[in-house]
Amino acid sequence: MSRVTKTLVGAAPHIHAKQSTASLAWGSSLLLVPAFLWGLYCFKLAAVLPVVAAISAAILGELLIGLARKAFTLGDGTAFLTGLLVGLSMPPGVPLQVPILSALFAICLIKGAFGGLGANWMNPALAGVVFALLNWPAEMGTWKWPSHLTGVVGVSGASPLGFVHSKFATEAGGGDALSLLGASGFSFSGLDRSITAFLNNDLLGHLGVSLPSGYMDILIGNKAGAIGELSGLLLLAASIVLIARRIIRWEIPASIFASFAVLVWIFGGIPFGNGYFSGDILFEVLSGSFILVSFFMATDPVTSPSTPGGRILYGLAIGGLTFIIRRFGSGAEGVAFAVVIMNCFVPAIGKLELAGRINRTETLHE
Amino acid sequence: MKPSNAKIIKDGLWTNNPIFVQVLGICSTLAVTNNVRNTLIMIAGVTFATAFGSFTLSGIKGLLPRKVRMIIQVLVLSFYVILVDIVLRAYAPAISKQLGPYVGLIITNCILMGRAEAFAAANPPWASFIDGIANGLGYGVVLLAIAVVREFLGFGTLLGFRLAGDWFTPWTIMIMAPSAFFLVAMALWGSNSYNARAEARRKAAVAKAAPDRAAK
Repeated sequence: MSRVTKTLVGAAPHIHAKQSTASLAWGSSLLLVPAFLWGLYCFKLAAVLPVVAAISAAILGELLIGLARKAFTLGDGTAFLTGLLVGLSMPPGVPLQVPILSALFAICLIKGAFGGLGANWMNPALAGVVFALLNWPAEMGTWKWPSHLTGVVGVSGASPLGFVHSKFATEAGGGDALSLLGASGFSFSGLDRSITAFLNNDLLGHLGVSLPSGYMDILIGNKAGAIGELSGLLLLAASIVLIARRIIRWEIPASIFASFAVLVWIFGGIPFGNGYFSGDILFEVLSGSFILVSFFMATDPVTSPSTPGGRILYGLAIGGLTFIIRRFGSGAEGVAFAVVIMNCFVPAIGKLELAGRINRTETLHE
Repeated sequence: MKPSNAKIIKDGLWTNNPIFVQVLGICSTLAVTNNVRNTLIMIAGVTFATAFGSFTLSGIKGLLPRKVRMIIQVLVLSFYVILVDIVLRAYAPAISKQLGPYVGLIITNCILMGRAEAFAAANPPWASFIDGIANGLGYGVVLLAIAVVREFLGFGTLLGFRLAGDWFTPWTIMIMAPSAFFLVAMALWGSNSYNARAEARRKAAVAKAAPDRAAK
C-alpha cells in the first residue's frame, strides 16, 4: 500500500496577502520619487540624464533577457526599480556609459544569468553600483554642488563624506567632521543657520547642549553627493511609509543602524585624535548612501533573510562591515560593499534559521 | 581503438575544450589575460609544455611503475616548464619579469597533468603530441578571446597599440582579476547553451528518423 498524502483545506478565513511583487516594486519606486525630485532641483539636467539612462538600460536588459527566456517580465516593475536605484546612486553629470553599463550588468548578469526574478543571490541594483564604483572610480567620485547653493549649475566639489575621509590620513587631530568641513571653506546655507539657531535657542538650549552648524544642510541635502542620496530627510520620510505599508521589514535598517552607530560612537573619534566614545554618529549616518542603501537596497526580499532573527543578524553584520570599510577602505563609501558581501551570506543565515526552527519543533515534540 | 588525428584536434579545440568542458587551467585564465602579449606568451608556453610533456610521458609510459607515475609526470613536465622559463629569461627578459611567477606556475596548470593522465597514459607518443598541441590551442583560443576583451576595455589598446580614442574611459575592473571571472563565466554560459541546443536538435532529429526506437 502506498501512503496517500492529503492536502487538507481548513475553514475560512485564509491568510490573504494583498502584496504582490509588482505592488512592492512599483510602491518602492513611487516612494523614491521625492528624493529624485530633490536631486532634480539641485542638479537640473545632470540629474535627469543618468537616471533616465539607467532606467532605459535596465528595461532594455530585461526585454533582452525576456526574449531569450521567452517571457515578458517588465510588468513586475523590478527592472524599473533596479534601473531607478542604479540611476539614483550615480553622481550628477556622470558620463552616460556608466549608468547604462551598470544597469545592464545588474539586470543581465546579476539577475538574468542566474534565472531572473527571485533567483539572484545579490541585489542587482547594488551589484550594478559596486560594478560602477570599482570600474570607474574617478567618474564615480566626482561630485557637484547643488546649483541653488552656488548660483551656477555644475560647480564640482567634494562630498562631505569623501572630504572628511580624505582628511583621515593626512591631518589627524583637531575637532570633528563638521569643524573640519567648516575650516576648509564648506559654507553652510542660511537655512541651516536659521534652523540650527532655532533648535539651539528654543529646544536644545534648555537641555544644555547645542548643535553645531552643518547638520541641517547634511540632513536636508544641501551638499554634494549622488542624485538620490542627498536628502536624508526625504528618504527617511519615504522609509516610514515603506515600513508602515510593510513593503520592507524594520529589523534590517534598525539593526544596520544599531551596530553601525555603536561602532562609530566607540571608534569613530579616533581618526580625529579624540579617543574612544567620541564618534560623530549623526554625520556618518546622514552622509553618503547609508540611508538609501539600508532602507531601499539591503531590504530586498530576494536577497535578505526570511525570519526576524536572521534579518537582525544580517543587519548587524552589514552595520559592522560598513564601519570597517568606511574607516579602513581606500574609498569613502562602504555601505554598498557591506550589503553585497552580506548578500552572499544570506543562504548561510538561512541554514542557521532552519536549524533554529527544527530545534524548536523538536523541543515542542518532546 | 586509436582515435584519428582529426578527432583529437577537434576534441582539444571544441568538443573537449580544456576550459569550456574540462574546466581546467582556470587559474591562469584569471591571472594572465589582462593583456594580449602576455597571454600569447603564456599560450605558447602551455602548448609547448603540454605537447612535449605528453609526448615524452607517452613514450616512457611502459617503463613507469604505477605507484610513482605522478611524481615522474611532474618531473618530466617541470623539465619542459623550466625550459620555457629559461628561454623567456634569456630572450624576452621584460615579458619574463611581467609574467613573474606565472611562467613557473605553468607546472601547476591542470591541463598539463590532465592530458598526461587522461590521454598520454593510454595513447602512442605522436597522438599524445597532437593532443597536447590541440589542448594548448583550445585553451589558447579562449584565453585570447578573454584577453582581447580585457585589454581593449581595460586599457583601450590591443597588443599595446592604442585603438580607442580619447573619448574612451578605461574599465578599471577589466585590469583586475575579478573581471576574468565574469568573462570566463559568460563564455562558459555561451558555449554550454550552444552545446545544449545542438544536443536537443540532434535528439529531435534522431527521434524524427526512428520514432519507435527513440520512444524506448
